[in-house]
Amino acid sequence: MIRFENVGLRYGMGPEILRDISFQVPQGSFQFLSGPSGAGKTTLLRLLFLSLKPTRGLITVFGKDRARVSRKELPLLRRRMGVVFQDFRLLDHMTTYENVALPLRVRGRDEASYRGDVHELLKWVGLGDRMNALPPVLSGGEKQRAAIARALIEQPEILLADEPTGNVDPPLARRLLRLFLELNRLGTAVVIATHDLSLMEQVDARRMILSGGRLEIHD
Amino acid sequence: MTERAGTAVDAAVAPSLEAVSPPPRRTTSIVPERSVAGSALVLVIAIMTFLSCLTLGAVTLVREAAYTWQTQIAREATIQIKPADGLDMDAALETAVRLASGFAGVKAARIVDRAATARLLEPWLGSGLDLDELPVPRLVIVTIDQDNPPDFAAMRAMLTAELPSASVDDHRTWVDRLVAMARTTVSIGAAVLALMLAATVLSVVFATRGAIAGNGHIIEVLNFVGADARFIAAEFRRHFLVTAVKGAAAGGFAAVLVFAGFAWWSSSNMATPEADQATALFGNFAIGPAGYAGVALVVLAVAALTAATSHITVLKYLANIEQRPVEH
Repeated sequence: MIRFENVGLRYGMGPEILRDISFQVPQGSFQFLSGPSGAGKTTLLRLLFLSLKPTRGLITVFGKDRARVSRKELPLLRRRMGVVFQDFRLLDHMTTYENVALPLRVRGRDEASYRGDVHELLKWVGLGDRMNALPPVLSGGEKQRAAIARALIEQPEILLADEPTGNVDPPLARRLLRLFLELNRLGTAVVIATHDLSLMEQVDARRMILSGGRLEIHD
Repeated sequence: MTERAGTAVDAAVAPSLEAVSPPPRRTTSIVPERSVAGSALVLVIAIMTFLSCLTLGAVTLVREAAYTWQTQIAREATIQIKPADGLDMDAALETAVRLASGFAGVKAARIVDRAATARLLEPWLGSGLDLDELPVPRLVIVTIDQDNPPDFAAMRAMLTAELPSASVDDHRTWVDRLVAMARTTVSIGAAVLALMLAATVLSVVFATRGAIAGNGHIIEVLNFVGADARFIAAEFRRHFLVTAVKGAAAGGFAAVLVFAGFAWWSSSNMATPEADQATALFGNFAIGPAGYAGVALVVLAVAALTAATSHITVLKYLANIEQRPVEH
């Protein structure tokens, strides 16, 4: 599904942040991406999500060479991915319902065609009674679940989550993990970037450890 | 999605499904309708449009006044007959009127009578002047068709042949001076207008870019949820077009009110010394249809400029996203 071969990245003339990164994310797989703070986890996620271009190496996404993907094709590929950011990135002037429906709205779909799906998904993540709430009044956990729901609304083939349990207490972190596992069971590949060891210990999954700009993989 | 709903993961994560309330009926705009930067932008656009429209109106007024000075003075010519030995002044004046009236392009010719001549000289020679006591030249005012002026050279030749002491003044020297002054005034006005429009363009461009920078997070979110660049640019363009139309219309309307106020003041104070002075310089202070059309044009141009700036700024922002480092 996604393949990295000897990928390196530097910002401008700065030092290389990621060096010789090679791995692949198979369809329906589940993996953790870990490493100390500042190791480059978010940068690697941005490469996965095509919001950064590598300075060297080859990235293949859904069978397409990243270097040959035009700007017009990018949105089409991104619609096959779901991303959950550490800081949620919900739009504060829109309700939870509208935030979750945003990926469908930007595709020009009529609201009547997706209203039911958004309701179902919000219920599934436990936000059925918070649909009309604005993000500033949601708790950290609720924002996290709204962000996850937005990432899942287009039924992506892969979900990329950056520290999805970083802002929630351990019980809610466990529940969110179960949600990701359930999603994976339904066929979506999942990559979770985290430095929460206790979270990783709960699942027997592949671990990709970033350190000093290099990646170690423990299957 | 239905399949997922049937496999709700965790009862604790999915509480109180009965309490679901319907979504809001009105869809929220993707770009927030109200923001501090947005309000500031409306204000900047309104002020700059107002000032541009005022400048434009002033230039229109000066241009029309200059044209009026020019045409009014070019509308008449003067025949002057100096007293000479053995000259019958009254007969000479009649001859001059007859000769001048015979020329194509002359609408009328009239003698400035003794009383009017005395009034003309009163400031210098005092009242109670007896024209017979002094060798005072007499005048014939010739009203001419501006579209088809007479041949002044021929008129001059014919008059001097019949009346050697007569001379024709077609006010050419004055007209030339006024034309030069009017052109200079209009050129200065146009330069001031150009500077004002340049200041407006720069203010609007930078205020729009500032307002968009405040909405950068929205562009990023739209980008990562798979919106294409055209969709994002169109959303922002629409939003900023509405913002600009509000501001520009307010500024243009305020300028029109100022013009209407001046026109009203000018007409209601007619015949007072102040108004006479102003009218002598600027006509009746009305900017005319061209002025109002100019105001409408400025409003439309400012709105279009704002929309275009927002479009370009959003596309540039999107193009730069890929180069932006991660913030830790």
